[in-house]
Amino acid sequence: MVTATALEAELLELAGSVPDPELPVLTLHELGVVRAVRLRDADTAEVDLTPTYTGCPAIEAMSLDIERVLREHGMREVTVRTVLSPAWSTDDISPEGRRKLREFGIAPPRVRGSSGPVPLALGPTRTQAAETEPVHCPHCGAADTELLSRFSSTACKALRRCLSCREPFDHFKEL
Amino acid sequence: MTATGPATASVTAALALGDDALVLSHRLGEWAGHAPALEEEVALANIALDLLGQARVLLSLAGDEDELAYLREERAFRNLQLVEQPNGDFAHTIARQLYFSTYQHLLHAELAAGGGPFAPLAAKAVKEVAYHRDHAEQWTLRLGDGTETSHERMRRAYAALWRYTGEMFQPVEGLDVDWPALESRWLESVTEVLGRATLSVPEGPRTGAWSAGAGRQGIHTEPFGRMLAEMQHLHRSHPGASW
Repeated sequence: MVTATALEAELLELAGSVPDPELPVLTLHELGVVRAVRLRDADTAEVDLTPTYTGCPAIEAMSLDIERVLREHGMREVTVRTVLSPAWSTDDISPEGRRKLREFGIAPPRVRGSSGPVPLALGPTRTQAAETEPVHCPHCGAADTELLSRFSSTACKALRRCLSCREPFDHFKEL
Repeated sequence: MTATGPATASVTAALALGDDALVLSHRLGEWAGHAPALEEEVALANIALDLLGQARVLLSLAGDEDELAYLREERAFRNLQLVEQPNGDFAHTIARQLYFSTYQHLLHAELAAGGGPFAPLAAKAVKEVAYHRDHAEQWTLRLGDGTETSHERMRRAYAALWRYTGEMFQPVEGLDVDWPALESRWLESVTEVLGRATLSVPEGPRTGAWSAGAGRQGIHTEPFGRMLAEMQHLHRSHPGASW
């Protein structure tokens, strides 16, 4: 493990401060997708970026934004590498990121050791029965919410509805 | 393509897995504008996008992703015949999803644990595919154990695609997988879901005479050529076009 220099740490912070193009309330650092910044020489930087989902189309916009920010900070050449391993998990979203998601009206993912869909009991649309930890409504905080669709506006979200305030909301689902 | 060394073997494997993902992604994309409900349209498109992402990584391991997707002839594709089958009614799409995502989930879990060249992608794909499998399972339960009509249509769909499922367990060169064990876990999982959905496991052969499946050798079913024509048309008509 090579110790990061002060400049590398500074560049990592800068790259991490770029807002997510899909969820601009979150920074890439809070989303947990910027893995490392290495200096190849005085003004050449290499950034390791990991996608949330393999097919996430936002990764190209993220790369361009990181390149721009680091260039503005004096880097002449910036290469953004996409790294798949270790696979990104919603557990990589920081506590601050979770709080911001909730404020933005998106229920944050539940923290868990293993990922994958939570086994659900089947009802007409009610699917909260078998879940271990409820997904709280980001609007009114109620725990009584139901799943409407496993896939919402983007692959990383599910569509739910609050049974208390009746508002539909997105849930950043656990991966 | 004659496989001789490990490099060629891993290209063969990347094409097989990449083509499965690409072709099924295209088929699911055909639902855009036609799905039974808006939520379902979004779900199928999101599953298609996951598969497209996997296909891009896999095909890039085999060569240039665009050339491989848009400029190969039908006989050069190595996908399973199962994934090229037309969408049919919603039941057929769901049956194809359960058969394939159960296979893909088991296969990627094994590849992720194996640590070979496909392990990094497989470790991501296995998490994405878990949601695809869950989606297919929930619909199978709801429609199988639903009305008389939905039950019958689910039954017919699972029966119609059954003969394409044996091909999934033909060994693929370059993948270090215990295929017979994979097959028995697949059968166990599918049998369990169908049972809960009040459906029976289809009868009829999955291998040998009257079964189907030589997609890994480049032999495809009749609808595949038309699908490819649509998929490749723009790229072939306007070489080098970009947004």
